[in-house]
Amino acid sequence: MSNTVIIDPVTRIEGHAKIAIELDDAGAVDSARFSVVEFRGFEEFCKGRPVWEMPSLTARTCGICPVSHLLASAKAGDAIMGVRIPSTAVKLRRVVNLGQFIQSHALSFFHLSSPDMLLGWDHDPATRNVFGVMSAEPELARRGIRLRGFGQRVLEAIAGRKVHSPGIVPGGIANPMTEEVRSEILAGLDEAQQTAEDALAIFISMIGKFEREINNFGLFPSLHLGLANDAGTWENYDGHLKFVDADGNVVADNVDPANYRELIGEATRRDSYLKSPYFKPMVAPGDNVNEGIYRVGPLARLNVCKTMGSPLADEALEAYRERAGGTANSSFFYHYARLIEILASTELMRVFVEDDSILDANVRATAGVNHRHAVGVSEAPRGTLFHDYSVDESGLLEDVNMIIATGQNNLPMNATVLQIAKEWVDGPEIPEGILNRIEAGIRAFDPCLSCSTHAVGKMPLDVTLLDHEGTVLSSVRRG
Amino acid sequence: MDRRPTVTVHFDGVEHEAFVGESVLECARRLGIPIPSLCFLEGISVWGGCRVCVVEVAEDHRLRPACATTCVADMEIKTETPRLRAYRKSVLELLFAEGNHVCAVCVSNGACELQDMAVQTGMDHVRYDPQSPKRQIDASHPKYVFDPNRCILCTRCVRVCDEIEGAHVWDISYRGESAHLITEMNKPWGESMSCTWCGKCVAVCPTGALSYQGRAVGEMEHDPAMIKRLALARNRHEWLYPEEAK
Repeated sequence: MSNTVIIDPVTRIEGHAKIAIELDDAGAVDSARFSVVEFRGFEEFCKGRPVWEMPSLTARTCGICPVSHLLASAKAGDAIMGVRIPSTAVKLRRVVNLGQFIQSHALSFFHLSSPDMLLGWDHDPATRNVFGVMSAEPELARRGIRLRGFGQRVLEAIAGRKVHSPGIVPGGIANPMTEEVRSEILAGLDEAQQTAEDALAIFISMIGKFEREINNFGLFPSLHLGLANDAGTWENYDGHLKFVDADGNVVADNVDPANYRELIGEATRRDSYLKSPYFKPMVAPGDNVNEGIYRVGPLARLNVCKTMGSPLADEALEAYRERAGGTANSSFFYHYARLIEILASTELMRVFVEDDSILDANVRATAGVNHRHAVGVSEAPRGTLFHDYSVDESGLLEDVNMIIATGQNNLPMNATVLQIAKEWVDGPEIPEGILNRIEAGIRAFDPCLSCSTHAVGKMPLDVTLLDHEGTVLSSVRRG
Repeated sequence: MDRRPTVTVHFDGVEHEAFVGESVLECARRLGIPIPSLCFLEGISVWGGCRVCVVEVAEDHRLRPACATTCVADMEIKTETPRLRAYRKSVLELLFAEGNHVCAVCVSNGACELQDMAVQTGMDHVRYDPQSPKRQIDASHPKYVFDPNRCILCTRCVRVCDEIEGAHVWDISYRGESAHLITEMNKPWGESMSCTWCGKCVAVCPTGALSYQGRAVGEMEHDPAMIKRLALARNRHEWLYPEEAK
C-alpha cells in the first residue's frame, strides 16, 4: 500500500503552504508537491486604479519586501509616463533597494534559517527559533537584529517609512536625501558591513558540516534568471534579462524585460494558488513544464553575474564559486549567496552615499500618460519581479500581471522537496527532525508566499501522508 | 466693534452672546467652542448633510445640525455629551462603510478631514458591513482626478464651484444610495466646457475624492488658510494675497 505524507503548515517562511509526499507500495518516496493555499487577487482589484497609486497599492502585497513592489511598480509608472528619471533618483532607488536586501536577507538568515544551522536540524523545536539563537549566541543574534534594523532605517530615512514606504513614486523619489540622513547612513554602514563579514565567516566555518544538506537540498540542474548589466556586475535594479544554464552557459541574454512573455510561460496547478512559471523556449506544447525549470534569487543572481562589483564581495564570490564548483546548483547555496549579497549591499551603498550627487534636489520627473502599456522589473531579495500594466488614456489600470520571485521558484521548490523526501523519508512515520529538513529545503529559497499568491496569512505547514488513491493516512500540522 | 443685535444663549451651561441670525456653529466657532464639522465651509451656503456637527438643544429630543440651526434667545445648547459622541462616531462609521476609504493607499492620507474626524471622534473601527462599491474613477481632466469611491457627498465642490467660481460644473445626480457627483450634465470632467480649471473644488474637498493628476499616495495637501481665503476673500474684498497687500 502506498502512502502520502502532508506537511501543513510549513513554518518559518512568509505565507501559508502545505507539502504532500506520496509513498509507493514499498514505502519509498514516489512524488512530492509543494502547494500554496492562499489567495488574494491583487491583479483584480488594482484594475481601475490610477497608475500613480500603484506603487503604494501593490506594496501591500508584502510586508517583508514592499520595496521590491514599489520599485517594479514605480518603474512601470516611469515607462507609462515615458520619462527618464533624474540620475539622483536612480541612485536613491538603488540605495533603497540595497537597504531592502540587507533587511530582508538578514531576516532570512538570522531570524528564520540560522536556528537550523547554529542549533541543529534535530534541535528541540520549542527553542529552534530566533529566541533559541538569542540564548545560545546572544551577540550574534543581537548583531543580526541590528543589521536588519539598519536596513529598515535606510528605507525609512529615504522613502519615508520602514514598511510600505510612500516615497518611491512614478517619476522618481518623493523627497531628496538630506545631509543628516546621509551622515546617519554612513555612520551605520561600518557596523553593518562588519556584521555581514562576520556572518559570512561563521557560515563558511560551518559549511563543512552540511555536506549532506548541500547534496540533497535541491541539488539539480536548472536554468538561472537574473537581471544583468553590460559590465557583468551584480545587478538588482535595472538592466536586461539573462538566463544561464546549470553549467553557466548563456541561454538568453540582452532581453528587454518588457518582452518577458517571450521567455516566461506561466502554468497553473489545481492544488495550488501559486503559478509555476517556466522558461518557454525549452517547453514544447504538451511537454512537462519541468523541462523549463529555472531558479531566481540570490543563487541565480550570483550565477548570472560575472563579478559583484565591490572588492570584499568579489573575494567572497570567488571562494563561493570554488566551493560550488563554478555555477552553484544546490539550493542550499541560497544561504551562502544571500550573505554575499548583504556584504555587497553594504559596500555598494557606501559608494552611492559617499558620492555628493546623492544630495541633488532634482529627484522627480513629471509627465502625463504617454504609453498605454509598460513592464517594470526589479530584483527583489527573492528574485526577479515583474509588474506588467496596461492603462487607459487617463492612466487608469485596465490590466495587471505580476510575476513574483517566489512563483518562479515554485518548480525548483517542488523539486527540492522531492529530493529531500527521497533522501530522508523512510516509511509512513516522519520524525520531527526530518519534517524540519523538508521545511528547511523550502526555507532556503526564503519564499514569500503571501507575495507570490498575492495572498494573506501566516506561514504554518501541514504535511499529509496519502495513499496512492489519495486517502489521508496521517498528517502532521504545525502552526 | 460689531454693532449687530445679540441674543443670550448658553453653551454647555455657560452664558454667551450670539448675533441675531447667527448659526449655532458660527457662534461656537467665533467663541472658540469646538464643534466638529465636515460639510460646512465658512463663506459658502450651508448644506447640513453630514450630520457631524449635531448638538443637543434643551427640551428637544432631536439632535440638530449646528451649521443649520439659528441661535435664538435663551437657547440651551450642549456641544459635548455621551449621546453626541456616540452619534458622531456612528456617522463617521457609516461614511467609512459607505465608500472605499482605505487611508493607507489614499492620495490624501495625512491631509484628510474625514481621517482627522475619525481620529477626533475616536472611531477606531467600523461596526457596519462595508458596502465596497465599485465606482469608476474619472481621470479624464488634464489637471485633476475624481475618485467617487472616496466621496462623502459633502457637496463642498458643488457649492464652491457654483457660488464662488460661478461655473457650476458639479452636481449631484440620483437620490438615496444611488446619489453621486456628476460633472457637466454627466459628461466626463475632461470634456467639460464650463470647467475653468480653477481647482477650487480640489482645494476644498475634505477627502481624497478630488486630487491633482500625478500625485502619489499621501501627496495631497490641503491648506486651511487657502481654503478659507478661497471662500471668504470676495466677501471681504481682499483682492491681493496677504503678502502682496503689505
